[in-house]
Amino acid sequence: MTYTKRMDGRGFAQTRPITAKAGVIKKADGSAFFKIGDTAAYAAVYGPRELNPKHMQDPKKGVLRCNYNMMPFSGTDRIKPGPSRRSKEISMVTEKSLLPVVNLEDYPNAVVDVFIELTETDAGSRCAGICAAAIALADAGITMKDMVAAVSTGVVDHQVCVDLNGDEEHIHDVDVADIPVAMVPSTEEITLLQMDGKVSKEELLKGISDVTPVLKDIAKIQRAALKERFAKE
Amino acid sequence: MMNQGVKDHILQALNKGIRLDGRKKDEFRPIEIKIGVVATAEGSAMVTCGDTQVVAGVKMDVAKPYPDSQEDGVMMFSSEMLPLSNPQFEPGPPKIESIEVARVIDRGIREGKAMDTKKLCITPGELVWNVMVDVLPINYDGNLIDIGGVASLTALYNARMPKLENDKVVPGSKTGEKIPLNAMPLPVTIGKIGDNLIVDPNDAEYQSLDARLTIAVLEDGTLCAMQKGGNASLTVKDLNEMIDLAVQKSQELRGLIKKALGMA
Repeated sequence: MTYTKRMDGRGFAQTRPITAKAGVIKKADGSAFFKIGDTAAYAAVYGPRELNPKHMQDPKKGVLRCNYNMMPFSGTDRIKPGPSRRSKEISMVTEKSLLPVVNLEDYPNAVVDVFIELTETDAGSRCAGICAAAIALADAGITMKDMVAAVSTGVVDHQVCVDLNGDEEHIHDVDVADIPVAMVPSTEEITLLQMDGKVSKEELLKGISDVTPVLKDIAKIQRAALKERFAKE
Repeated sequence: MMNQGVKDHILQALNKGIRLDGRKKDEFRPIEIKIGVVATAEGSAMVTCGDTQVVAGVKMDVAKPYPDSQEDGVMMFSSEMLPLSNPQFEPGPPKIESIEVARVIDRGIREGKAMDTKKLCITPGELVWNVMVDVLPINYDGNLIDIGGVASLTALYNARMPKLENDKVVPGSKTGEKIPLNAMPLPVTIGKIGDNLIVDPNDAEYQSLDARLTIAVLEDGTLCAMQKGGNASLTVKDLNEMIDLAVQKSQELRGLIKKALGMA
């Protein structure tokens, strides 16, 4: 068997429908909502603000602190509130995915806090979180070199498929690899790369090259959300 | 936290009958209710009230009943002050404020006998349905108990039971069958600042409250739960007025919920 037709009828390089909105949380310095299919993320940025305890402060540059969290009802089974090993790891890789574009040198001794909350998930939640966080950082006026866009690229039975949904991730009878990727669109630098599953080197490279234009399109949607927000004000 | 100057200002304005956002003392902020906003939940609701926005989601599972009520389904309410929703909240385990929110919402629905727990029994003494409701602010500007109460009740009415196979829930399944509900209790919080009674306190007002009383009210005006908060005391006269206000406001809120659910 080969994977010739996607379970939800999408093209192989086609993402699920995307909605992006900036400025959705009133008390935050910057915020965004990013939804891709049935995966929805809110992100709020607080800062730059004073970092406590003081010994964690860096007089040369600010600190970026990300916190990824799935709401208890956002998965198949209820998720116990509070950090898990998984959410801690995702918080860390989210931080690393955004660091290369954030000009932290502009914020000595300060912290920029990013809180990401997933209200519903159907695969691709860390990527949705990163997309929301990047819009929220820009919305907060944090100086950035560029946007960061993220989506997973997958390989299902040797076929590259962009943005796997939950059903595709759980196909059992063939090899499925899920490869979340975040990219700086102007330079094509990769800032997040993880993989679960089996692929050949060629498949992986094709996965990356197929997802690159998709990421650039996502960055356009992120920018459009910011433009829409500031056109209103 | 709030500085004394702001508190004084809020009190002086209220003494002249003015709220800083222009509302009347017995006026809620504009409310919008959306149902079924979370695909992964059995039921959900997003309620916006001014700059407070709360999402509630219902998840269902099976559990062993409590030894003292072997034929009753169980329910659980949780809430967290998400740091995403307001700069004054910090990450960490739920603090007393959010525990109180969840417990007061819980008591209104439990004591109001909104849920027919007997119908949520699968095998007496062995297996019952477990209904878990989580209430979370995305935007926080005060009055989480009332807005969370509206969101929780709406999410419960929006919920469809999952499928049961060999005493286990089939993940992601929905039967179309509703949770057995037969009442609509709603908590309404009346705040007291000086001698002024107000409804739907926003964050600045909430932090300026001398006292507050949350009253859960059923459709026929019966009271089913209460919780006093704040450091100041209440008089019987206060209590009288607070109950009347809560009953009146709960009717308005219930009307909005029914409309959102298509029951009106």
